[in-house]
Amino acid sequence: MDISNTIQRKSNKNMELVSNPTTFLDFIRQPWHWAVSGVAIAAIMFVLTWMGRSFGVSTTFKATCTALGAGKVSDFFKIDLKEEGWRMAFAIGGLLGGVIAAFFLSSPEPVAISEATQAHLSEVGLALPEGDSTGRGFVPTGLLNFSSIKGILLAIGGGFLVGFGARYGDGCTSGHAISGLSHLQLPSLITVIGFFIGGLLMTHFILPFLF
Amino acid sequence: MKNISFLLVGVLFGIIMTKSEAISWFRIHEMFRFESFHMYGIIGTAVILGAASIWAAKKFKMKTLRQTLVTYTPMKLSIPRHLLAGTIFGLGWAITGCCPGPMYVLVGHGYWIILLVILGALLGTFTYGVVRKYLPH
Repeated sequence: MDISNTIQRKSNKNMELVSNPTTFLDFIRQPWHWAVSGVAIAAIMFVLTWMGRSFGVSTTFKATCTALGAGKVSDFFKIDLKEEGWRMAFAIGGLLGGVIAAFFLSSPEPVAISEATQAHLSEVGLALPEGDSTGRGFVPTGLLNFSSIKGILLAIGGGFLVGFGARYGDGCTSGHAISGLSHLQLPSLITVIGFFIGGLLMTHFILPFLF
Repeated sequence: MKNISFLLVGVLFGIIMTKSEAISWFRIHEMFRFESFHMYGIIGTAVILGAASIWAAKKFKMKTLRQTLVTYTPMKLSIPRHLLAGTIFGLGWAITGCCPGPMYVLVGHGYWIILLVILGALLGTFTYGVVRKYLPH
């Protein structure tokens, strides 16, 4: 009896989902299960492959340097910008996707990090994530901010390491961890191992002194 | 204008990165502290499915929209280069909590501090271009 009731309720909910657009948006708004997200990211990688391109975002930094005239300083930046137009369009699309998500799809609840991480953040004096709409949902403003020299230096310095490392290794998380590993590339695997060596060193041995 | 389709795929990417919470510094921090399966689940699922779909595309000789076969130009294997480059990237990733894709998405969300992160990334990219001849490759 109970089971059939549950099934009945579930199918009612599904009906509502199809017939009522607000409910459908609510359905998208809730944080996604990791498996759903993983499938969606693989789909993006595959669609780009099908469109004849290779998933990778960090080259947009190189193209921007070229556009700003870096080719005068180093031949490394002498590239044909026409070849990179699709990538710039993809990155701008990502930005617009962020705008759309912020206005229409933001989750009512804060990012549900584990209790262990919450306890650790409290210990080091960083605020816990809040709901998306507060502007403190995704970035710890206690660490990266405009209001202190430290906050500014960490933002620029962290970005510097990401940009430098991505170019030195010729790829970032999208190019190596998703695209490269999907093509079973050994250099990509070694790079991803490097990502974790650096990330673990920073998180466990350096960040504790920077909080 | 011919790049509008890539812009649309980018929009989907931005929404997916948001809803997966992979753009959250908190999720990246949690991942490096091994306190949740969330990020490992996302990356693991994406890589397994990605590898399966690429394998199938090669096996069945799928044609891309540019009438080419799915191929990958392998990079020269240089363990010191990739290990060092990856480590430098990882050090920055753990500070900023975002890799290049999420940086753009976060700016779309109105996190203006990420503009400084992108400025840093441009400076890092430029610096690499200047000093690359002195680095092991």
